[in-house]
Amino acid sequence: MGSTTHIGRFWLLAAACITLAVLAPVLTLAAHALQGSTGHWQHLLDYVLPNAMRNTLLLLLGVGTVTALLGVGSAWLMTAYSFPTRGVLNWALLLPLAVPTYIVAFAYQDILHPLGPVQGVIRDVLGYTSPRQFRLPDVRSLGGAIMLLGLVLYPYVYLSTRAMFATQSASLLEAGRILGATRRTVFFRVALPMARPAIAVGLSLALLETLNDIGASEFLGVQTLTVSIYTTWVTRSDLAGAAQIALSMLVLVVALIMLERYGRRRQGYSQNQRSRSMQPQQLTGAAALVAMVLGWLPVLLGFVAPALYLLAESYKYLHLTGAVSQQLLASAWSTLYIALVTTAATLVLALVVAWASRSARSSERQRWQKLFKLASLGYAIPGTVLALGLLLPFVWFDTLLEQVVALFVERAPQLLLMGSTTALVTAYCIRFLAIGVGSLEAGLARIPLSVEQAARLLGETPGGTLRRVHLPLLRPALGAAALLIFVDTMKELPATLLLRPMNFETLATWLYAEAARGTYEEGAIAALAIVVAGLLPVILLARAQFARQS
Amino acid sequence: MKQPFLELRDISVVYPCPGESLCVVNRLDLQLEQGEIGCLLGASGCGKTTILRAIAGFEPLQSGTIRLAGRELSGDSQQIAPEQRGVGMMFQDYALFPHLTVEKNIGFGLRRWNKQERAARVDEMLELVGLPAERKRYPHELSGGQQQRVALARALAPSPSLLLLDEPFSNLDVDTRERLAFEVRDILKQAGLTAILVTHNQAEAFAIADRIGVMQQGQIVQWGTPLQLHEQPANDFVADFVRREALLSQRAQALVRSASA
Repeated sequence: MGSTTHIGRFWLLAAACITLAVLAPVLTLAAHALQGSTGHWQHLLDYVLPNAMRNTLLLLLGVGTVTALLGVGSAWLMTAYSFPTRGVLNWALLLPLAVPTYIVAFAYQDILHPLGPVQGVIRDVLGYTSPRQFRLPDVRSLGGAIMLLGLVLYPYVYLSTRAMFATQSASLLEAGRILGATRRTVFFRVALPMARPAIAVGLSLALLETLNDIGASEFLGVQTLTVSIYTTWVTRSDLAGAAQIALSMLVLVVALIMLERYGRRRQGYSQNQRSRSMQPQQLTGAAALVAMVLGWLPVLLGFVAPALYLLAESYKYLHLTGAVSQQLLASAWSTLYIALVTTAATLVLALVVAWASRSARSSERQRWQKLFKLASLGYAIPGTVLALGLLLPFVWFDTLLEQVVALFVERAPQLLLMGSTTALVTAYCIRFLAIGVGSLEAGLARIPLSVEQAARLLGETPGGTLRRVHLPLLRPALGAAALLIFVDTMKELPATLLLRPMNFETLATWLYAEAARGTYEEGAIAALAIVVAGLLPVILLARAQFARQS
Repeated sequence: MKQPFLELRDISVVYPCPGESLCVVNRLDLQLEQGEIGCLLGASGCGKTTILRAIAGFEPLQSGTIRLAGRELSGDSQQIAPEQRGVGMMFQDYALFPHLTVEKNIGFGLRRWNKQERAARVDEMLELVGLPAERKRYPHELSGGQQQRVALARALAPSPSLLLLDEPFSNLDVDTRERLAFEVRDILKQAGLTAILVTHNQAEAFAIADRIGVMQQGQIVQWGTPLQLHEQPANDFVADFVRREALLSQRAQALVRSASA
């Protein structure tokens, strides 16, 4: 047929290639693991896997419980009750999102150290003089990891559940009351069951983040699957073994994705936006005080305490030395550079996918969209697994490239891709593509098809329509996606640790190295910079939430 | 024999419709002379908008051909892209570009014109639809009637050889609707344009069109002047449409009278 279809094909083909590229690491990983070394596998199976699997499952279970309790609890508190500071708390509850898991672990390791401030105060109050006489349970344990991860990951559950509670119609809850249920029974018998899909979505995101974490588990000495992959690869140089652990980890990922899909599928049915939402009950006196304490506790523990600690430590250090080191500055620049490159690249790729799925012909659209959904699965692949899956094809490609170039030049460049930041940016793109595609698809959905057709009938080509109509209208969506991708790249640790070229440090890896060495000098400054950057998307999120509610 | 200006010959189009999964425009013929205003009249889901979209090039034909001014737009051998058809369209929701001012909206299709010509044409269009004072405003700052006139000006600006109007008055209140219908007819006649209007509202059809096709389930039941429809309805369905019309609108009755006089 005519020219329109050709151009449509081009977009579809490009988007299909991007989808394949996202899936490639998983596929190569599978291939590599299957032909892998049997000797090591026996060793892993006997000594490494059972323990790591048990730790990971316990961690998931624990973090799931803590995030569910904190997230659903605070969502209900904010929906059903009104008390002083509720307005501020409404967005303050999101603040812990700004603190990556490895930073909360980094901070609390010091805060709760036997010789640290908290235990010192407790000893003073109780009249003890030495840590040997009294100490709190060690935070460097599975239990500690569960609490700390729960404190920064509960906002995922809070966000989705709060939105769900807000759309639940007041008349349903009132019907429950009329039928003789108390406020509490209404929560357990009406509100909670109806919010179950939203809770599932929030939980699956929090648990994927838990699975992705490497820094916190390692600082706190919990041997999870992610940590095992890292050590099997880096310390034991056993790629096949690492690939095999990674594959077993993907089983967990698939389970979590299914949990999320279940939640999202169910979510559609229960949204009834026309109805009046529930009127919060005004609390006074002691009840208001209790509500305030309960509401603010997660914010204080998950954000205020670690942030204050980092501030104090940074101040102390700067006061002492007067300036930050050249290396820290260099890593800040590298972080900025790589985050900018990643943001630009990811947005372009996301635009191709979002545009292709919109411009597919209506008869084929569903099939294409199913395929492109796979392109957004990268967010679920843990950074370590992704890095492992990318390493193999990149090394292979580098070797090939070197051999080809060697035919023409005497001194062929070695490790062209691995030696540059290409591999790293590729990994980031795969992981954060979902953010861009999601944001742009939502933005495109708000542009009526007729606006696009009007431009075509006024003589504009499809490409020109994209440039003159869609891109200007997509600016807010592009901006939001850019911010999220930028900050997520800044914070990323597991893939960065494994794929960065020699002597390339980001703020996150700098912090990791300091913590691993046990030298806590400039780590706090790097951590503070990451947290401050992390606040930007939280503000954006809070504003979006307010806009929806008003 | 002279070829008609617009000719749809034997076209079949499949389209999604409410209730059933797929509906079909089946082997439909339609002809319109230059300068005539045609109207497809029918209830929703009868396929009238689908025909409009097929002429615009947004809906592929299963079979048949569409020719405009001697050029084949859609057929077995080719499918010309919408932007190359020289067809203008006014959308039901007006589809104004929300990020552009009124004058930029009107000038959107004049990209290849030079600057003076473009400015002159935009001025002319603003004058034609009576909105010179609103040129710097954005679509969301305009009333429904004003938006509709901007949409008309934008569609007319590049001088299309055919103008398609998809339920152009359905978003307006009843009073504005009747007034604008006559206004639009005047503007179209003044510009000497060939146009096809799609509507489910009999008053609009009678107010604007030279020829009306009454549609039912993907077929044109009768194609004729308002007078013919009124005096010799092809069947009960058409007669019912027209009779209800006669009861509903004094104004259209007056029009029919003046046409027969």
